[in-house]
Parts: sequence; structure tokens; C-alpha cells
Amino acid sequence: MKSSVITFPGSNCDRDMDVALSKFGFKNKMVWHDDNELPKSDLVVLPGGFSYGDYLRCGSMASKSKIMKSVINFARSGGLVMGICNGFQILVETGLVPGVLLRNRYLEFICKNVFIKPANKKNLYFKNIDKDILEFHIAHNEGNYFCTNDQLKEIEDNNQIAIYYCNNKGQIEEKFNPNGSIKNIAGIFNKEKNVLGMMPHPERMIDQCLSGEDGSLFFKNLINNIKNAS
Amino acid sequence: MLVDENIAIEHGLKSDEYKKICKLLKRTPNLTELGIFSAMWNEHCSYKSSRLHLKKLPTKGKKVIQGPGENAGVIDIEDGDAIVFKIESHNHPSFIEPYQGAATGVGGIMRDIFTMGARPIANLNSIHFGSTQHKKTRNLLRGVVHGIGGYGNCMGVPTIAGQTSFDSSYNGNILVNAMTLGLVKKNKIFYSKAAGLDKPVIYVGSKTGRDGIHGASMASASFDEKIEEKKPTVQVGDPFTEKLLLEACLELMEGDSIIAIQDMGAAGLTSSSIEMASKGNLGIEINLNKVPCRESKMTPYEIMLSESQERMLIVLEKGKEELAKKIFDKWNLDFSVIGKTTNSKNIELFFDNEQVAKIPVNTLVENSPMYDRKWKKTKLPKKNKFKKDIYNDLKIQDILKKILSNPNICSKEWIWQQYDHTVMGDTIQKPGGDSGVVRVHGTEKAVAASVDSSAIYCWAHPLTGGKQVVAESWRNLVSVGATPIAITNCLNFGSPENEENMGEFVECVQGIGEASKYLDFPVVSGNVSFYNQTKEVGIKPTPSIGGVGLIKDYKKMITMDFKENNNVVLIIGKTEGHMDQSLFARIILDEKNGPPPEVNLFNEKNNGKSLLSLIEKGLVKSAHDISLGGIIVALSKMCIRGNKGIKLNKTKNLINEIEYLFAEDQGRYIIEINKKDLNEVNKILDKNSVYHEELGVIIEKDMVINSKTKVSIDELKSYNTNWLSNYMSS
Repeated sequence: MKSSVITFPGSNCDRDMDVALSKFGFKNKMVWHDDNELPKSDLVVLPGGFSYGDYLRCGSMASKSKIMKSVINFARSGGLVMGICNGFQILVETGLVPGVLLRNRYLEFICKNVFIKPANKKNLYFKNIDKDILEFHIAHNEGNYFCTNDQLKEIEDNNQIAIYYCNNKGQIEEKFNPNGSIKNIAGIFNKEKNVLGMMPHPERMIDQCLSGEDGSLFFKNLINNIKNAS
Repeated sequence: MLVDENIAIEHGLKSDEYKKICKLLKRTPNLTELGIFSAMWNEHCSYKSSRLHLKKLPTKGKKVIQGPGENAGVIDIEDGDAIVFKIESHNHPSFIEPYQGAATGVGGIMRDIFTMGARPIANLNSIHFGSTQHKKTRNLLRGVVHGIGGYGNCMGVPTIAGQTSFDSSYNGNILVNAMTLGLVKKNKIFYSKAAGLDKPVIYVGSKTGRDGIHGASMASASFDEKIEEKKPTVQVGDPFTEKLLLEACLELMEGDSIIAIQDMGAAGLTSSSIEMASKGNLGIEINLNKVPCRESKMTPYEIMLSESQERMLIVLEKGKEELAKKIFDKWNLDFSVIGKTTNSKNIELFFDNEQVAKIPVNTLVENSPMYDRKWKKTKLPKKNKFKKDIYNDLKIQDILKKILSNPNICSKEWIWQQYDHTVMGDTIQKPGGDSGVVRVHGTEKAVAASVDSSAIYCWAHPLTGGKQVVAESWRNLVSVGATPIAITNCLNFGSPENEENMGEFVECVQGIGEASKYLDFPVVSGNVSFYNQTKEVGIKPTPSIGGVGLIKDYKKMITMDFKENNNVVLIIGKTEGHMDQSLFARIILDEKNGPPPEVNLFNEKNNGKSLLSLIEKGLVKSAHDISLGGIIVALSKMCIRGNKGIKLNKTKNLINEIEYLFAEDQGRYIIEINKKDLNEVNKILDKNSVYHEELGVIIEKDMVINSKTKVSIDELKSYNTNWLSNYMSS
């Protein structure tokens, strides 16, 4: 399976994502933001970091960079696009997924492990995943997901919520919400579920000696799902 | 403007220093030249009060590739890999403007590291604030933490460890020391020594603005009530540009275009160009019209003294300009050929086709002033005689509550949660442990780093305090299973013109030297920050020691959390009951006098090496060094982190129970071992003549101290965990 990770000026989780994808069997290519063409890919990842220094608004300038035209076309034609952290912020700026990401509730950067729960497994990202509750890692300043009431209704009606923040028992409550996100939302799909934006970093959870191994589970499952679907 | 002695004094020079300049030049300098002299001759750049004493530090060792004198020190970690590291202060700017001051401190130290060709892999910091009751402390702490995070997080370099303390001596003068480790191949290290004639001198990075002019001079003066007016001397950081600069420099460094490279830190273009020329024994010629400027009508004086951030100076091989420019264009960074190397041994500046400065390089460097300042020795204070009956009314649980929630002991999670400590995917020991540990990417090795200081001990007796900090750094590395290799030091002191402060400096340096020599733990880089004082009052002497060690197989790394019920807990090192200057004496007994605990370097080395051999044999399940607060605080932290309890044995020691639990004797560790390994461990420790005793056994959920005292782990957690976040939100 082929994957592409886009490097924007200021991306800083691009290498980590490359390491993770390669570890679980993807043939990964790094793609420069100023390129026009996307290599042939089964998965495109917009990595975390501070693209364009997060100036103006997180993700806004990156969403207009050259390569994004190809990424948007790829997504519109059904290709799998995953945006992690800053990548999620870029995705909302492109409009591929709905909503916005505000500054965290307490106006502070947060770096810690969190528990998340997939809303359902009817998508290529979480289908067949062996656990109902996963321990992922977050590291962000602007992860406070927000949308209008109308948007929220639409998102819920279309099952677009991908993952919620919860505790280790899977309870989705305000006190387990690290950043103030509406409805504890940690990740969102587009309507077709081929585009996923999420704040947590599965690529930081790929070894027992790091923060944990639920990221390994996620990537192993993802590559299997892509193989089985193709 | 004509230059005279008054203008020189306004530039922070002394009258006789000005006279020396005129004598060296055989004429009166012009304003630009005076500015250059004042920048090169201030304390921050010239080390004029400290050089004499720093020379005595041990700087060599089998593993040392580069000692002090370069942008950073370099040590060998085998297999062709090397670690570049250094710690640096950014105290004065951080007090005036905490966010930018701290941010640019972090930016500056990272630049020092990647200037040498190393990719930064870990950041650490040592930050010190005034009393928690002081009205400025909250805002300063918040600003500094946001600044450190703001810069480091954006750069994508994990902040893996640090130290925070509060003491009223920092009320008017906080300390912000930032440390970075970088990874480089041994044969791809870059230095700042220029070589060859007629080589192009290149300016890359951000444009030059009017920010930070005289920053280094400001850092060489004491504060008074007008300090807020100095805000414009604080530099403004842009971590995004630095991230681009990092990637562009490392890309250029893959080839062989660079002869020498130097970042523009303190005193900007002035010190970077002069240092490169001086090391290469060359001259340098710069056309200041070629320097990319952010603002219009900048004068030569301003261009030379600006401390705008994220800039580098490179001496390139001839003919490589196009290739280099392409890389910097790709990363959207300014690139300009601003001059060339010459054989004149002068620094010559041109502006609008006129020569605006011409100074022999050696007058700025070798002929810079060096002072043998007067200093006063600190006598070892008399020991207090604590009467045992004062302990009778004290309940251990109450004391424990008070000490665990003390600002200097409590959990600093509120701080480090705001630092990205997991980016780069190699952090295997996060902040809160004895050392931060990162894997050497793609290998079985890991590097451990810790930063320590003990201002109270150094204040009570600088010589002992100096030794103690080095020993503590050593212990923190040993505790995670790392073999200590070398240190970097950031020496924060009051005014060198005050005999007492100067004495503190001299004796701390002596202590640091003795310990690092004995422990074979040489000093490879560092920085001195004097004038940390407001009006006449200096801070407590605060040398920060950044230690680095190697773990050959990262799977053997040790953490401090208790692991398993029924495992045996041992203490290594003897408890004599030293109470003076302990947290207990100061907080509970309100006794601020007395000597710090003695440092026995033989025991430090022997105990540490013996523990390392136990770890190497896989016999140790968890380990933690005993420092502030004594045995009971160390145990509490191991319990809290492992969510396990301990049942303490009745002590066979003849000293009072309270003294046993709270004394701060040095050279001690607590370790957890499996019962089946007890004989083997005892044998090894006995063979090495290491004092050890059984402290207790691990149990579920409670700390059982004696037949009357039992504290649940949840209680310990509640004492320790929430203090800081409550304080910050109150």
C-alpha cells in the first residue's frame, strides 16, 4: 500500500508519521508542499506541526498551498486523506471536513495521553479495530472543536463524528474533555468517511516504550482495511 | 556624533576600558566602533570577570570531542554518533518580557546546537522564580512557560526535563536557563573557525531589525526600578523562521560547501563575524548595504548591534553560492553575500561606499579586559544542634503533607504538560522522572539528560554547594541507568563587582571543578550570567548543571515508579541524619542557617557505579535518587508514580525517626528489587563496600511508615499533584 505525507514549511510530525507508516507496511513518500502532483497513493496524510508558523489562523495558509489542490481533488474522488493535529486544522480550512478548531479552553498547550472512543466502526479507519477504547496522545494549542448547531445536527445525522474524548471506561463526559471541544469531539469525517481529521497523534503511540501501543493497533488495522478494500 | 568618555560610559564601558580602546586603536573610535567594543567587551560576551576562574574547570575526557569555546560542547556516544549540547541563560530579558525572553532563550540555544550540524533532539530548562507570594510570580511563570512552549513546540523538539524553583531572592530577577541536545555524525560536525582568503561571507535567515540592540549590554547590568523601560532591548522570536533555518542549514550541511558557520546570538553580527575571524586568525570585510534589513534607514551602528533572531553567518567555499542560495530560496529565507575573508586581520565595515569601521580583530578578542576581581571566602556555617524533643509534637503525616505540597517539591505537571515532550517519537522517559531520556533515532541507544541546581546549598556554602549540584546531576543520570558522560553549566550569580557575590562564584566553580574532575564528568560547554540582582541585592548563587549520559540498550532504562507488590526496597548510601539546610529544617523548623550536607565524592562515585552495575545485570526494577526532602519524599514520589504502597521496616539505624526520614545526606538512592535477587544484590553491594539497608516491602495502596502512621497513596497524590495548578488558577 502506498502512502504520501505532505511536508509544509513548519510541519514537524512529518518524519514521525513517515516512521509510523513505514513501520506498519506502507510504502511512504514525502511530498513537498510546493509540488503540483501527488504521487499515486492509497492514503494521503497531512501531518502535525505548525505549518506556516500557524500565522493568520492555524492551517489556513497551508490549505492554500500548491499541493493541496491535488489533495482536495484526490479526496473528492474518494481517496483516503487523514489530517492529524495541524493536519486536521488544515482540513477544516479547506472545507473538506466541517467545523473549526478554536484555542483550547484554558488557553494552554496540552501534551498528554487521552482516551478516545470511535463513534462507530463503519469506516475504513476504525473498521474491525480490536478495541473500543484507545489510548492516544494529544499535543496541541488549538484543538477545541466547534461548529454551529445546524452543522452539528448535520454531522450527527450523517454519522460524521469519528472519535470522542472519554475516560478509560469509555464514558464520554465533560470532565474527560481536554480542550473544550463541543460534544467531546476529537475527530471528524467528511460525509463520505474517506477524509478523517483528528487531533490525537496515533504516530506517537507505536512502541511500548513510548506513550503506548494503541497507535500500532490503529495503523495495522488501517493498512489491512485498505488492502481488503482494494 | 563624536565619541567621548561619557558616551563610552553610557555604553556600559568603564573609564579605563575606554582609555584602553583609544590606546589600542591609537585614536578615538567612531560611534559604530565604540558600539562594537562595548558589545564585545561586556561581561556577557567577554567573560572578563569569570575567564580566570573558568580556566580551572576540567574540560577534557575520553569522550570529549569538543570542550568549551565553540558554539556548544560535543561528546562521543560511539558508533560514529555524537551529542552536541549546551545550556544558556536568558534571565534579564525574561524578567522584562517573560514570553519573548524565554522563547528567544530557547531559540538561541537551539541555534547554537544546529550551527554545529546537529539536529536538536531534546530541550530542557531550569527556571527560577520569586516567592509564590510575590505579586509578579504568577505572571512571570505563566509567561515563561508559554514562551518556552511556544518556541520549542513549534520547532518540533521535545522538552524532556527541567527544574523549577521558587525563592524570594529571585523576586526581582528570575532565571531562565535553556538547554538543548543535538545529534550529529562525528565526521559531520561544523565549527566556527573561518579559513581561507577571499571566501564569501554569507548572511542567511531573518532580516535585521532594530530589536535587541544592546541586549548583551543589558544582560551585563543590574536592574533598577526603571527596568520596564528596557523592553525594546528584548528580542522578538519567530520559531517558524527558525524551523525553516534549521532545515535549510541541515540541508546545506549535507554537502561540503560550508567552511565555518556561526549563529548570530548575543551582539548579533558583531560577535559572530569577529569570532569567526578571530578563530581563523583572519580579517573580515563586510558591506553593510548588503545586509537584509527589516526597517528602512538602519545605520551601521544599528545593523551591527541588532540582536534580531534566527540569523546565521556562514563562510562558504567559493563557487558554492548558487547551490546554497537555492536551498535558502526553497525555504523562503534571506540569503545574501555580505562580505569576504581577508588577510588584514581587521574587521572592516563599509556602508554607502565608505569605510565606517576598521578594528584589528585581536583588540576585540585577545585584548579584551580580564579582571581578577576581589572575592570573599564563605566560612562553613556551624551545625545546628536540634533537640530531639522538638520532634515530639510533630506528626509525620502533617509534615509530609506540608512538604509534598511545597512549591519546590510539588508536581510540576502544570508546566510540562504545556511542553510538547513526545514529538520526534523517541521520548522514552517523560518529564517528572530523574532524567529525561530520548532514543537515538533508529538505534538501540538512548541519551539521558537532567538539569539541576541547589541554590540553598550553594548559598549556605558555595564550595560544598558547587560539588553537590554536580553530584546530583550524576545521580539523576545513574538513576535512569545512564552512564554519565559530561556536563554543561549555566552559572547564575549576582554582581562580580561585589566581593561576596564574586566569592560565591569563585567557590561554586571550585566545587563544580572538584566534583566533575573526581567523577570524570567534564564540563564541555556553558555560560555565565552575572548581575542577577536588583539594586544591591544579588540572587542566591545558582549554578545550573546540565548532565548528559548514555544508555547503551534503551530497554534497560530504569524509571522511578514502584513496579510490583512484595518486591524489596533498598537504600544505597548511608543516612547520617543531616538536617541543616534541609527542606524539613527550613519549612517545619524555620531554621535557615547551618551547613549544607557534606559531599563525599568517593561514595558518590562508588555508590553510583555500583548501582549502574546492578542495573546492567537487570537486577533493578525501579530507582530514584534521594535529594530534597529526604527518604520519605523520594519514597512518596515512587509510590505516587507507581500507584503502589510500601511498608517500611523498623529502622535499625540509631538516629531519630524524623531525622532518618527527612535528612538530606548525599550519595543515596532508593532501589526496588525482586526478592529472589536480594542475595545477589547484597553480595555485589557488599563486595563494593557500598552501605545499604533494607527499607521495606512494596504493598498495595498505602504507605505504612510505622505502627501509628499510615498514609494512602491517594492522599499522597492529592498533597503533591494539585498545588501548582491551583496556585496558577487562584
